[in-house]
Order: sequence, then structure tokens, then C-alpha cells
Amino acid sequence: MKDLLTWIGSLPPLAQIPIVVGLFLVAAVIIVLLIEVAPRAGRKFTVIRFVACLAIPGIIFLLLGSVWWAIAAAIVLGGVFFLLDYRSRQGKGYLFALVGFLAPAILLLIIGLVYPMIQTMFLSFQSNRGNWIGVDNYVWIFSQPANLVVIRNTIIWVLVVPAFSTALGLAYAVFIDKSRGEKFFKILVFMPMAISFVGASIIWRFVYAYRPEGESQIGVLNGLVTLFGAEPVNWLQQVPLNSFLLMVVLIWVQTGFAMVILSASIKGVPVEQIEAAQLDGTNAWQRFVNVTIPAIRPSIIVVLTTISIASLKVFDIVRTMGLAYPDTGVIANEMVTLLQKFEAGRSSAFAVVLFLLVLPIVIYNARQIQKTRETR
Amino acid sequence: MTTSMTANPALPESAVKAVTRRTKQRLTSRGATIAALVIAVLWTVPTVGLFITSIRPEVETQRSGWWEIFINPTVTLENYEAVLFGSDSLLGPFINSIAISIPATVFPLVIASLAGYAFAWMKFKGRDVIFVLVFALQIVPIQMALVPLLSLFSRGITVGDGVLYEGLRNAGMFSQVWIAHTIFALPLAIFLLHNFISEIPSDVIEAARVDGASHGQIFFRIVLPLSMPAIASFAIFQFLWVWNDLLVALIFATGASAPITRALAELTGEFGQNAELLPAGAFISILVPLVVFFALQRYFVRGLLAGSTKG
Repeated sequence: MKDLLTWIGSLPPLAQIPIVVGLFLVAAVIIVLLIEVAPRAGRKFTVIRFVACLAIPGIIFLLLGSVWWAIAAAIVLGGVFFLLDYRSRQGKGYLFALVGFLAPAILLLIIGLVYPMIQTMFLSFQSNRGNWIGVDNYVWIFSQPANLVVIRNTIIWVLVVPAFSTALGLAYAVFIDKSRGEKFFKILVFMPMAISFVGASIIWRFVYAYRPEGESQIGVLNGLVTLFGAEPVNWLQQVPLNSFLLMVVLIWVQTGFAMVILSASIKGVPVEQIEAAQLDGTNAWQRFVNVTIPAIRPSIIVVLTTISIASLKVFDIVRTMGLAYPDTGVIANEMVTLLQKFEAGRSSAFAVVLFLLVLPIVIYNARQIQKTRETR
Repeated sequence: MTTSMTANPALPESAVKAVTRRTKQRLTSRGATIAALVIAVLWTVPTVGLFITSIRPEVETQRSGWWEIFINPTVTLENYEAVLFGSDSLLGPFINSIAISIPATVFPLVIASLAGYAFAWMKFKGRDVIFVLVFALQIVPIQMALVPLLSLFSRGITVGDGVLYEGLRNAGMFSQVWIAHTIFALPLAIFLLHNFISEIPSDVIEAARVDGASHGQIFFRIVLPLSMPAIASFAIFQFLWVWNDLLVALIFATGASAPITRALAELTGEFGQNAELLPAGAFISILVPLVVFFALQRYFVRGLLAGSTKG
């Protein structure tokens, strides 16, 4: 496997695309074929299933370069699975098909997300060299003033960005609702979402650019400021204003997201309710607060939680724009910095703190989903 | 006179009311349109500024704000030339971005379609619990998985004396990035595709079941074609997400495999040297997503809405 990948890697990048995608699609087609063929009744198909149950785990472990007894164990497990499938209540081949559908995804998730998550938690209790030190890393996090600033900043990001993005997105959606050129307006505000955070950071870095008094200004913000006769300001050096200026970048990007979802939601409010309110003599603002907002509440919650999660994870903006500037750090960025300094223990501790901050939002979202699945 | 006024009292009054209401609406919508215009302009100015800066000569950029191009129009392509063909050319990273993004879009899509179908239309014990768990995984910060994934890729897994998996080390330029992106995309992909697939009317599926179709056939011949809009939307999303990603690239795509986001980020680090390449470089990196976005924004929006709760 490693050799195959090395060979592919030696080709020019653009040539790698069709080969890799082609190989992958071949594997996918084989899986789908097996799923389609397997549940059929009959001796021939039972044999096919048996062979597949033994061969596939064996081949996978062979490709991974395992030791012989691991391959043997995999084959035995495959045999066990075949028996389970043979005797399953939902008919032979059902479990087989089910595993075929789910296995690639679940395996990747376990290897790539579940196992690393657990391992990070363990790492957070270890020193950078791998010795078990209990909660020392956490003590370090909460006792250093620099770290406390980072945590405080992260929390402010999570509170400010979703609130502003949602409010602006909602206002904008209402303003352009049913206007001429609505689509055009939507595109303009949604466009920043297509730009990478790195690109956005560069764009806004130029907006905030500073030249000392007397020289010509090249940043839009200072250009406006000097137009009104004031002195130019080195924006990104001003604590704590600079954090908020960085937040502006994320708000700039996420408002489009909020606007799209809320706009669709507003259009879904039943017209009869609005007309009834109109007949009752309410004005536009009252209608908005008492009819529209309750009706779109689920979407507002979706938008708020999604943007909150994005704010917690944001890393590119602070890294590209803020590193050189005082007191702008957030947890997501601090983690990567520590990693690059080979401080795996402390980095993992920060990761766990970040995860704990995200957890309430997860639980809330998961409960909402369970509710919708129950009503289906 | 009085008789004619009282003869039709309702007509003038309601007509007046109607006119007032319409005027009020039009006035409010004019105010609203102005507010919308202001916001739209505010949103576009930064990007326009960057573009104009990228086509001005370096000398001018250092001397005056980009808005002065309207007074003193000097345009040049020298920045783009330097960025594309100069010594620190961004052309290589640009191609790397393409090579990373396309497979990293195809892989999770295929895997997630299979899983989404199973969650939507196959019954098994614990289905709902597992589904909620898969959704919850989406919210795990990527940063949490980085260190362990990195060691997994480079060192593999060994139990006691036996190697279970030998690790990839530096096998292949992009293998690690592809696998990493696929993994991180799966939770959201499965969630979105499942939501869409489960909205296919059950009569269609039942009819096929009655005709004796197996799950595989239903998946391939009914579900896949019907899910094309959702798959297309998610493909665009995923492509943009991978193209714009910096974090995964920083950790897994080093050196020669660096995509354009990483190359740009490294440029910004050395503010001073090569700073004049920044606007042109940034704009080139923005170009592909913008083109994809403008060409396909219909599907983009539809995709965003496919997964969220209806208003």
C-alpha cells in the first residue's frame, strides 16, 4: 500500500487526480456490486458472501502491512461475521449489505475522529515528553495570565460574532425581501463565504493598514479617518479594539450564511398570519416581532449555533492577521502554536478545554435533532 | 354634494386607506432598500479594494490609498506576473490545491452517500443513537484529532511486538491530506445527505421493494439519481471548504505538497519581503472559489437549506 501511494505521489499533481479518483471509484463500485448481489438466495451467493467475508478483511490488513497473526485474526473475525449474517433474523445478506453501506464511513470516523479524540484526552494528562502528570497542564492553562487572556478572547468571540452575524443577516434578509434585485443583493453579501479565511484576512489587513501621520494612508479605514481630519490610528495595535476588528472579519464572512438561511425561513412564514396581523392594525415592526420572529425561531437557533461553533474553531483569521499583534489570541490558534513548539501535552489540554466549550452547543443541537427525528 | 359624499361613504375611505397603506409600504421599502444598499456596499468594498491594489504598481500602492486609482489610473499586470512566474511562484501551490480538492471532494461524497442511505432507509438496532453520535462528531474541533492522526499516519499502530498498521510516513504527496479531509468531512456529509435521502417519498421506495428490489438496487437506481441536487450542492461546499482550508494543510500538506492557502499564509508571515505579492496572490487564490461560487450559487444555496430545519 505504501509503495502504491509512493508511486502515485511521484507523478505530477494533476495526473494524480484521475488515477486516485479512478481507483477509489473502482473500489466503490465493487462494494456496491457486492451489496447488490449478496442478499440473493441460493448456494452460489452464499459462497460469494462467505468468500467476501473472509477475503475483504484479510486483504485490507494485508494492504495495511500487518503482521501475519493480525491478518489471520481479521479473517477469523470475517468468518464470525458471516455466521452472524447467515443466522440473522432479517434474512441472509441483510447484515452484509448493511455493513457494506456503513462500514467505510464508520471505520473512518472511528479511526479518524473517535480514537484521536480519546487519545487527545489522554495526551492532555501527560507532559510534553510523555510522562503522566495528572492535571498539571490544566493548572498551567488556568494560572498563566496570557492563557487567561486567550480564553477570555475565545469566549468573547463566541458571544459577539454569532449575535452580530445573525442580527445583520436577519436585518438584511428582511430589507431585501421581495425587493427588486433581491438575488443580486444576496450574492453580494454571500460572496465573502466563498473566500478563504486567509484571503479574507489579507483583504481586511489592507483595510486596517496604518501609515504614520503625515504619510499618505493606504487602508480604507484610515483613509476615511484622515478624510475627516483626524490622525490615523494603528488599528491592530489597539488593545482590546484589535480583537473586535478581527471579529469583524468573521462577521463579514458569516453574515451571508445567516442571511441565506433566514431569508428562506422568512419566505416560509404563512402569509395568512401576517395578513391577520395586518388586519389587526399592527405596524410593520410589531408584525416582525410578534409574527415573523416566533415563526423562524428554529432557523435562528440553527444559525446561531452553527456560527458559534465556527467562532470557536476559528483559527485562520487570528493566525494570518493577529499573531504579531498583542492580546488577540484564541484557543484554536494557541493550540496549533503549542503544537508547532512540540508541546503536545499543553496543546491537547487546550483542545480539551475547547471541546468542553463546544459541548453545550453539541448537546443542544443533538437534542433538537432527536426531536425532529421522532416527529418524522 | 353632501348626498354624493354620503351615498358612497365606504369607497373614498377605504380607497384612502389603501393608498396610505401602499405609500407607507413603498416608503418603508425605500428605506429598507437604502439600508440594504449601504450594507451591500460595505460588504463589497474590502474585496474591491484588494483587487484594485493587485492591479496597481507597487510604487503607487506604497504611496497612496487604492481609491486614488480613480484620480490617477495606472494599471499593471506586473504583480500577477511576479506571483505566477516569479521565483516564489504560486503556480505550484495553485496546482496542488486542485490536486488536493478534487479527490477530497469525491471521496467523502461517495462514502457519505452510502452511509446516508443506510441511516435513512435501513432499519437496524441503535440506528438513531449512532446517527446522533455521527452528527455530534461534526462538532469535535479538528484540532483535537490532529496530533493523534499525525502520529497514526507517520508511525502506524503497533500492539506489543506486532505491527497492525505500518503507517504512511511520507508515502505519496497528498495521501495524508486526502484521508484527513475525507474524515473531517464525513459527519456533516452524512448528516446532510441523510436528511435529503430521507425526504424521498417512501411510496417510491416501497414500490421498488414490492417489486423485489434489494437495497443495493434501490440505492443505485432510485436514491442516487434522485439525490443528485443534494450531492451537487454538497460537492460544491466540500470543494470550497477544502480549497480554502488552512489548518489541515498546515499539519498534513507540507513542503512540496503545500496548497495555495498555505503558501499565502507563509507569505503574510514575512511582512516586508514579498509583501507586494500579497494582493495579487490573494486574489488568485480567491478566483477559483469565486468562479465556482458564481457559476453554481443556485446549488450552493439549495445545499445550505437542505440540511437545516425548515422555517
